Amino acid sequence: MPTQKTLAATGNSVVAEAMRQCAPDVMAAYPITPQTTIVEEFAAFVAKGRVHTEYVTVESEHSAMSACIGASAAGARVMTATSSQGLALMWEELHIASGMRLPIVMANANRALSAPINIHCDHSDIMGARDSGWITYFAETAQEAYDNTIMAVRVAEHPDVLLPVMSALDGFITTHSIDRVCVMDDESVAGFVGQYVPKNALLDTDAPVLHGAFAGLGGPYFEFKKQQRVAMENARAVIKAVGAEYSALSGRPFDVIETWGMEDAETAVVVLGSTAGNVRHVARDLRASGEKVGVVKIRVWRPFPYAELAAALKGLKAVAVLDRAESFGAEGAPLFLEVRSALYDLAGHVPVVGYVYGLGGSDVRLELMEQVFADLSDIAGGSAVPAGPIYLGAREEA
Amino acid sequence: MANLKELTHREDRLAGGHRLCAGCGASIAVRQVLLAAGEDPVVAGCATGCLEVSTTIYPYSSWKTAFIHNAFENSSATISGVEAAFKGLKRAGKIPADKKVKFVAFGGDGGTYDIGLQALSGAMERGHDMVYVCYDNGAYMNTGIQRSSATPKGAWATTAEVGVAQAGKTQRRKDLTAIIAAHNIPYVAQASVSHWKDLTTKAEKAFAVEGPAFLNIFAPCPRGWRTPSSQTIEIAKLAVQTGFWPLYEVEDGVWRQTVKVINRKPLEEFLKPQGRFKHLFKPENAALLAEIQADVDRTWERLLGRCSQE
Repeated sequence: MPTQKTLAATGNSVVAEAMRQCAPDVMAAYPITPQTTIVEEFAAFVAKGRVHTEYVTVESEHSAMSACIGASAAGARVMTATSSQGLALMWEELHIASGMRLPIVMANANRALSAPINIHCDHSDIMGARDSGWITYFAETAQEAYDNTIMAVRVAEHPDVLLPVMSALDGFITTHSIDRVCVMDDESVAGFVGQYVPKNALLDTDAPVLHGAFAGLGGPYFEFKKQQRVAMENARAVIKAVGAEYSALSGRPFDVIETWGMEDAETAVVVLGSTAGNVRHVARDLRASGEKVGVVKIRVWRPFPYAELAAALKGLKAVAVLDRAESFGAEGAPLFLEVRSALYDLAGHVPVVGYVYGLGGSDVRLELMEQVFADLSDIAGGSAVPAGPIYLGAREEA
Repeated sequence: MANLKELTHREDRLAGGHRLCAGCGASIAVRQVLLAAGEDPVVAGCATGCLEVSTTIYPYSSWKTAFIHNAFENSSATISGVEAAFKGLKRAGKIPADKKVKFVAFGGDGGTYDIGLQALSGAMERGHDMVYVCYDNGAYMNTGIQRSSATPKGAWATTAEVGVAQAGKTQRRKDLTAIIAAHNIPYVAQASVSHWKDLTTKAEKAFAVEGPAFLNIFAPCPRGWRTPSSQTIEIAKLAVQTGFWPLYEVEDGVWRQTVKVINRKPLEEFLKPQGRFKHLFKPENAALLAEIQADVDRTWERLLGRCSQE
């Protein structure tokens, strides 16, 4: 069993630590709040000679991902981190990384997108990358951010997967708050992630390969995309197997969704990221007063755990979905759409109400969570499902 | 430096049978550059463009080297990542310490002067051991002859049309070679497909230096310039002889003309054979033509000044 050290550390600090322990050959990094301290701490590891990593201080996030793609195609284990506008600037390259089947691991500090400019937490950035073909883990805590980052390496590099993986943590709330985190010893992490054995490396110059071919003239573009779908579906089992192995090693449970109080819940809230803690806190109080409420936290956003979610929410009288992002003009925000779709094939109808909350770091107060549970209670009691998305806690006038 | 006989014995690293047009300057530039790479293995990158789409049609490759295409604006950033992987993997002991590989990124003028300028500047400043090669044909040829910041003033392009209100592109070219020279990298040069010895010598120097090197290669495009495909080399030669495209290098900050032009020909001799400039020879554009000649004279004098200072 590994030696574990308990630290008081920020999410960013333990993500940097996880990256050091996974020993990437290349990191291409660019600063952006609130991710910057990850790449700063990693730069300190470089300066102290604690890593063999070639650290490339690129001039933009677009070049960060471009260099990661080059390095990964060359045969290196590659990592980076970004946030918000940086992730948005990478958008083109996100699709190329997944389309070229390169197992790059990237941390994202979830942050609002401009305009107006705002550096605080929401999930607009990562929802913009939703369809880019990246496997995506969401952390509630610094501990999960650490654990997810290590598991990400194994999943990305698995021969049945070979897809890039994002390890997302909430900007400032998780990236900058000091939390209690258990960190494993270096040898245990190194043993868990193993050595990366690349396929078709550019630097295997005895067997030259071509990456990024033109498949546009009646070529197999369509079939390549189908292969990506297959790889993403393969990832479901790999994520669980890697999670089980990691769980046995670390002693910390893992599943693609985390349920609380769902054994006999009549209503539940579905949530991503750090707000799960706020929801559970209120749910615990309601449970104490006899209300049968539950919480479902999504830990893996892509591939979306629709089957697990449907099993958890089956037969409920009402479900609330909390989205920290918008999809303007859609019937609801991204998580709402996924959850409602996951419930569509169930035998009984489960009413679902959608909320948008916390955009740009707008306060996620416990009263707001209480309001959500009160609404659920009304719907369970027969009230109509209000048209959404409901802007939870938004003031009437800015 | 290799002579012609030696070069002919080297393996051609861009195979024939690719889909580039007859007379395309880009493939000539690539072949000459790769001939100069010597015996070491090469990893080549290429920006989206004619060269890329015509040489990498799945499941074929014209490249007898490892090759990567990523996107339009990031050939330099991509190859900088490959070069970084080489360093990181060596440090990890996964690649032998004595292994040598050459890294080269190609891009057209659209992918280099315009959309790729930031990534190129970043890669040059960071000091990667790589060569960046721009094949400059003065427009976005792959998308259909749209003007770029390398398009000469007065040239017709599909986004710089010729009509009663406008005579082709109204702006001057960007002097990219000087911009890259301002990065204070070990080696920067301007070359032309018409001067193979000068070009291959420069490419050998570019590969030989430790750190970044940049080659800007004049590469006519018969399709976009409205010239016969048999005239590519002749027209490239006229660009040099008229001073439109001076051949020089900047080695550790020292500017030097590599092909001296004693009796510079009038610019008209370069412009006249090209359909993209034909409107300049109408009487109403005489003043514009004179202005373009004056621009070339001025940049020529400035270059001579830079070269004589050293």
